[in-house]
This record gives sequence, structure tokens and C-alpha cells, in this order.
Amino acid sequence: MTALLVIERLNMRFGGLAAVQDLSFTVEEHEILGLIGPNGAGKSTLFNLINGVFAPNSGRVVFRGADITGMPPYLVARAGLARTHQIVQPLGAMSVRENCIVSACFGRENLPLARASKAAEEAAIFVGLADRLDSLASQLTIAGKKRLELARALAAQPTLLLLDEVLAGLNSTEVERMIDVIRRIRERGITILMIEHLMQAIMTLSDRIVVLNIGQKLAEGSPTAVANDPAVIEAYLGDPALAAEFRGVA
Amino acid sequence: MSAAMILRRPFFWIIAAIIALFAVAPTLGNDVELREDLLLAAVYIILASNLNLMLGYAGYVNFGSIVFFGLGGYFCVYFMSALGWGLASAALVGGAAVSAFALLFGLGILRLRGAYFALSTIGVNEAVMAFVTNFAPWGGGTGIYLSTELFQPLGGPAHALWVIYYMLVGVMGLSLYLSYFIKISKFGLGLLAIGQNEDAAGVLGVPTPRYKALAYCVSAFLPAVAGGLYFFKGAFIQPTDAFDLQFSTEAIVIAMLGGQGTVLGPALGAFIYEQLRSWLLTSDTFANFQLVIAGALLLVIVLFAPGGLMGWLYGFWPRLKKVLE
Repeated sequence: MTALLVIERLNMRFGGLAAVQDLSFTVEEHEILGLIGPNGAGKSTLFNLINGVFAPNSGRVVFRGADITGMPPYLVARAGLARTHQIVQPLGAMSVRENCIVSACFGRENLPLARASKAAEEAAIFVGLADRLDSLASQLTIAGKKRLELARALAAQPTLLLLDEVLAGLNSTEVERMIDVIRRIRERGITILMIEHLMQAIMTLSDRIVVLNIGQKLAEGSPTAVANDPAVIEAYLGDPALAAEFRGVA
Repeated sequence: MSAAMILRRPFFWIIAAIIALFAVAPTLGNDVELREDLLLAAVYIILASNLNLMLGYAGYVNFGSIVFFGLGGYFCVYFMSALGWGLASAALVGGAAVSAFALLFGLGILRLRGAYFALSTIGVNEAVMAFVTNFAPWGGGTGIYLSTELFQPLGGPAHALWVIYYMLVGVMGLSLYLSYFIKISKFGLGLLAIGQNEDAAGVLGVPTPRYKALAYCVSAFLPAVAGGLYFFKGAFIQPTDAFDLQFSTEAIVIAMLGGQGTVLGPALGAFIYEQLRSWLLTSDTFANFQLVIAGALLLVIVLFAPGGLMGWLYGFWPRLKKVLE
């Protein structure tokens, strides 16, 4: 396995708050790396640092061997890194198809408009939006909008996919379906870095897990190792019920 | 997209029909009054249609779009009076100069968003007006008068007015086709994505700074050329006429009335607004009342029909969307 994304001693401060502190880890090619941690641990900030929404105070982000630290988001997207948003960001007055066409046109594939339509449709069908292709994005349910986030990211044919809580706010049937979609994405050879609060889901999906707490890396390893790590249970899973849930999975 | 494919699209021919209508209608019966009416409508269409590239596509409200028109007028009038250039080359070079100016300013002020951008566009217009008012080579506050001699190459004043009319109709046609071709292009898709949600567009890979600056620059060209033709026609230009914010505001009302973000909307809006305006201007009870009406109209549109006339039509016949852009 080779490293696809290398995070090197990343630091980000907002005024007096250190959102990400001296964080280093690596995402290997073709793996699913889970990123967990309590609210405010710096997970979404980390995503924003990786895809260029924020520039870090110090440290480096290396993607496929190239330094992409502080690059604007559109160049990061072009380089082959796609993401979804925790708070969905549909292009509301455009249809599902058009939303995906934007990504196919301007993402890694950088397709001409005439050829983007097919890639866009494929992505939408892949996540289960086949019957909503011509609906306006603003008219989708929350589950639909989450799927659209995913479809849009996929339409770019990315090398690395950042998923920011795609399961949050979905009911259990929808979660099951989404987990299946994520598995099939990985089978296509796309590497995934995902943030998720649903423990059951992330423990079963991930090959490895990185635990963040107050902007720092608390633990890293296989789901089993992380779930049994005393430091994680102590600091992050202070709640005994949640700890039991972890052990149940492990 | 190949030329053959574009020729097969009905909308291409709808634009052609509009241009033909403008070209032919006043010629029948040599109707000078109708020509003057349509000339003003054409100018409104040019202003609103190009404004729409920023307002309707990229979602940036440009309150000071008239600066392009006025500056274009000044360049053209200056090139002709001081350097002895012909009308066409003066207007075109003036347009290119204004486009370059827009690109320069655009790279600066397009870092701003929402109300801040809108305010800065007013600032650009006011700053340019203050500069020109104090710029001696352009006649300062008194402006530049053109000698009627300059109409001779166009066959004398009476004939020149027809030539200018056809040139403006040509610029109007180019504006509509530009708006249409941008809309169906990848560039247009990027602009529409920026208009919907700029941050999301960036994350999806749309090169937002470059696209916005390009749209701002392109939206300056044809209004500047039109400004050259318009002020040549009047044989006189002064800062208060050239940089009159009232014109900018009217262009916004027109784009909103017709339907921002559509190609046909600004044309429809311009035509209706021009009819309304000329009626209000000539009516005894409502003299100069058109701005009050414009303000009220804008309020009603923003509150009750944000899609304008085209949005309203699409609401009735959704299939219309496939034919009328």
C-alpha cells in the first residue's frame, strides 16, 4: 500500500482556540479511514484544511505526492479530491442531474459539457437517485440531499473522497442503504476518509480509525484496537453505554 | 457544440426573429418615431442583458453597470473628436478598453460578496465620474461636443441616425447571442453554480475567481460599445449623463422584471419597461413618474415573483423551459 494523503504536523488556530494541533496521519490507497471524535474535536476543520477551504497556520497536506497545502478548493477538486458537506450544500435551483454535471465538468475528470451528462447520470443512479434526476435539488428530502452530496462528489471521478457525516439525520433503513453505497464506492477503487458519529457504522466500514480529541490525535489503529484502547475509552468514551456499544462491535 | 447543432435549436432562431423585427419594423413606412422608440429599447436590452451575466448567472448585483456604458461613450467620442477615428473602430476599441478596465477592477472588487460588492460597484461608478469631471482632456465637467461634420462620413445626419440604429440593433443581437451561448456553455454552467452557492461551486472545482472576473469583463464590452454609439448619436457627452445611476437601476429593474438568469427575460423586460416609460413620460398626470413606478415594480417582483415574467411563464408551462432559455 502507498500513501495517498499525508497530513504532516498540521496546526490551525481560530483566535485563541487551537482547532487542530500538531496532527499527523496518513491515508493509504484503497482504504476506508474513519475519523471519529467528540463534537468540537476538529474533524470538520481538518476536512476544510485538507480541501483548501482554510489554509493551516503550519504543517503540510500532501496528496498523491504533491503539496496541496493552502491551495484553493477548486484546484484541490481538480487534483482528484472530492468531498461532501456535513451541512448539505445543494445548488438548489438546479436539478439533480445539473448538480452532478457541474462536478463532472469541473472535478478531476474536467469533462467537456457534452460528455459530462453521462458521468453525472451514472453517479446519480449509483447512489439511488435514478428517479429524481430531473427534480430540483432544493425539493429533495434530507436523505435525498445527502445522496446528492455523494452523487456529486462521485461524478467528479475522484481518487480520494472525504465524507463528512453522510449518515447523520438518516433513519435506519436509509443508513443501511447508504452503508451499502459506501462499500460499493470503495469497490470501485476510490479511497475514502470519513467522519461519522454513528459508531456501529464506522466501526464496521473502516479499515482503520483515527480518533481526534481537542484537535489532537488520541489514537490510531484497527477498529478493534481503537475500541479497546484505554485512552479512547477513558477520554472519548467516558460514557459507559457508548463503551459497551464499542465492545459489542469489537 | 457544433454549428449545425446550434442551428437546430429553436431558440437560436427566436433571437434571430427578434433582431429581424427590430431591423425591419421602422423601415416599413420610414417611421422615425418608432425607430427612436426601438433604439431606446435596444439600448435597454443591451444594458439589461449584459448586466444579467453578473446578476442572473453569477448572482452578483452590479448597481454601477452604467459605468461601462458611460466610459465606452467617452472613449469613443474622444477617439473620434481628438484622434479623428471612424465610428466603428472608435466604439470597438473603446469597448475593449472598458473591458480591460473592468477586468482590473473586477479582480479587486469581486473579492467582496453580497451587499459589499453591490456597494463597491456604486463606488466604482462614482469614482470614475469624479475622475472624468476633473479630467481636462475629456472636457471636465462640461464634457465633449462633437462637430456635426463627423456625421458626414455616414451620409449626413439624417442617414447617420439610421446607420447608428442598425449598429445598435446589431450590438443588441450580439448581446442576446452572447447571453445565450454563455448560458449553454461550460463557462455558463460554472457561473450559474456560483450564483447558486459560490462556496459549494468552488468545492466542486469551479474556478470561481477567474470565472467571476471573466464574466465581469465580458459584461462590460457590449454596453461600452453601445455607449459609444449612443453618445455619438447625441453628439455630446458629459459626466452627469454618462454615469447616471438611474440608468443602472433601470437595467436592474428590467432584468428582474423579465426574469434574471434567463436569456429572453431581459429583452422582454426591456421592451415592456420601455413601453411603460415612454407612456409615463408623455402622460400629463405621470410626467417623470417612471422611477416611482420602477421602484414599486422592483419591490413587487422581489416579493412576489422573484423569477420575473419568465419565471411566471415557466410556472404555467414547465415545458417552455426546454424552448425558451
